[in-house]
Amino acid sequence: MMATALPSILTILPELVLATGALFLILTGAFQGTRSINLVNGAAFAILVVAAIATVFQTSETQTAFNGSFVVDDFARFMKVVTLLGAAATLALAIDEMSRQLQKPFELAILVLLSSLGMLLMISANDLIALYLGLELSSLALYVLAAIDRHNAKASEAGLKYFVLGALSSGMLLYGASLIYGFTGTVSFAGIAAAVKGGSGPGLMFGLVFLLAGLAFKISAVPFHMWTPDVYEGAPTPVTAYFAATNKIAAMALTTRVLIQAFGTDAAEWRQILVFISIASMGLGAFAAIGQRNIKRLMAYSSISHVGYALVGLSAGTQDGVNGVLVYMAIYMAMTVGTFGCIVAMRTKDGSVETIDDLSGLARSQPAFAFVLMVLMFSLAGVPPLAGFWAKWYVFSAAVDAGLVPLAVIGFLTSVVGAYYYLRIVRVMYFDDGPARFVPLSGVLRAVLAVCGIVVILFGLLPSPIVMAAGAAAKSLF
Amino acid sequence: MTIGLTHYLTVAAILFTLGVFGIFLNRKNIILIMMCVELILLAVNINLVAFSAFRGDILGQVYALLILTVAAAEAAIGLAILVVYYRNRGTIAVEDVNMMRG
Repeated sequence: MMATALPSILTILPELVLATGALFLILTGAFQGTRSINLVNGAAFAILVVAAIATVFQTSETQTAFNGSFVVDDFARFMKVVTLLGAAATLALAIDEMSRQLQKPFELAILVLLSSLGMLLMISANDLIALYLGLELSSLALYVLAAIDRHNAKASEAGLKYFVLGALSSGMLLYGASLIYGFTGTVSFAGIAAAVKGGSGPGLMFGLVFLLAGLAFKISAVPFHMWTPDVYEGAPTPVTAYFAATNKIAAMALTTRVLIQAFGTDAAEWRQILVFISIASMGLGAFAAIGQRNIKRLMAYSSISHVGYALVGLSAGTQDGVNGVLVYMAIYMAMTVGTFGCIVAMRTKDGSVETIDDLSGLARSQPAFAFVLMVLMFSLAGVPPLAGFWAKWYVFSAAVDAGLVPLAVIGFLTSVVGAYYYLRIVRVMYFDDGPARFVPLSGVLRAVLAVCGIVVILFGLLPSPIVMAAGAAAKSLF
Repeated sequence: MTIGLTHYLTVAAILFTLGVFGIFLNRKNIILIMMCVELILLAVNINLVAFSAFRGDILGQVYALLILTVAAAEAAIGLAILVVYYRNRGTIAVEDVNMMRG
């Protein structure tokens, strides 16, 4: 009995690395104070990379731990690697930003580690209790991260808004979980799937709707998106990048696992809800972003619409659809980290700026920077040879195969509308005149932008490694 | 009349609704919002314990205990953020939380 109750260390190795690493760094920071800032930041980055490598080299067999409440399969490994890479890249942005500021909180890196740990637990959650604990571990750290710039009124307002709405969404998620537990008599996803197969009553559907509402908040899908623009605008830019590039991916993984593994036989019921959420997110993301002047706010609406596109794949409910979601989230991570890297690089001698007009004339003063941002904007808009186009291609073709042709058509139309505001940024950079204002990019920023730019350009030419890994990952869910 | 599962679920549903409406209709102050969040979590706990007793399955009570623990951590973090906010703005009225719009 002991052998089954105690997990093999190798199964939970990435989580173990993050948890022990975070605890060690808390002690280091507590004893050494701000003197240890470089050590803590560097070690946290190394820990995230080590955890990602440990995840890559885990066996591809499906393993469970903690009496089945924690599962590691190809799906979990794929999403964990994407999440950890996103976390490492955004932590690098944060360290770079911190080097220019007077306030150097060592807690930032530790909170990133703790919330990443929570995200890994979410991705591997195999019952409702693990789902809730993972979600809360990541959310509680994220509330603090949003308000980490404590002398900034906007950042603390962002933290407060995120906290209030996040707590409300956790409450709705829990109410749904309690109803699901009550009507199936079990918390494990396998047990729920067995109970759903025997027929689902209105109580169970009620529970699923509440659970989906809570999850929709975490992935910031319409109608639970209202926190996103404010929090993205108010939080420090690297933290916003972290929200967009990691939390969303982990929450999307959790949503996929719940819908496919626990409620897979009930797909006809939840498909309508997902189609609605997906259309609403794509539409609102495309239209509300048009009037934005602040580029972080624009990226918030952009992220809402991208969640809508990923949900197109999930609405299909097929293996191809899940494959599309996985590819989409991986590419979305690269595009988001790159774009927020560009926003972090929008620094003048007097501090950071974040309106679109500040980019005018960039093509003349910093051509390489402008080129990377242009490539990222084209990719976000879904212009053909770039990665963003292939991401949309996979989800839309899965939707068409599953008979959801109208959904794919609406997705196509909204992406045309969305292209307008991405191309506006390109126009401002290349055709508007403006003075050279930004300070030269640091080495870290150059590296992040170069890697993201290369991934976005080369994906169209060499898609196979990511697509094959995503295919294996999608297969392990069915 | 014996008190059965339905009664507990009804109480929990009423508390849950009160909590949600409290968050959206409250125009006064953020501490009240936090109390409403606690109300929601307690409604969930009533649900879980009632289901657990009804089904003779201990897991629901384990779940409720874990929720209580997390709720304490959540309240602590929420109040800490509120203190930071108050230091910056000098107010905790809901209608003043409006620096970002659009």
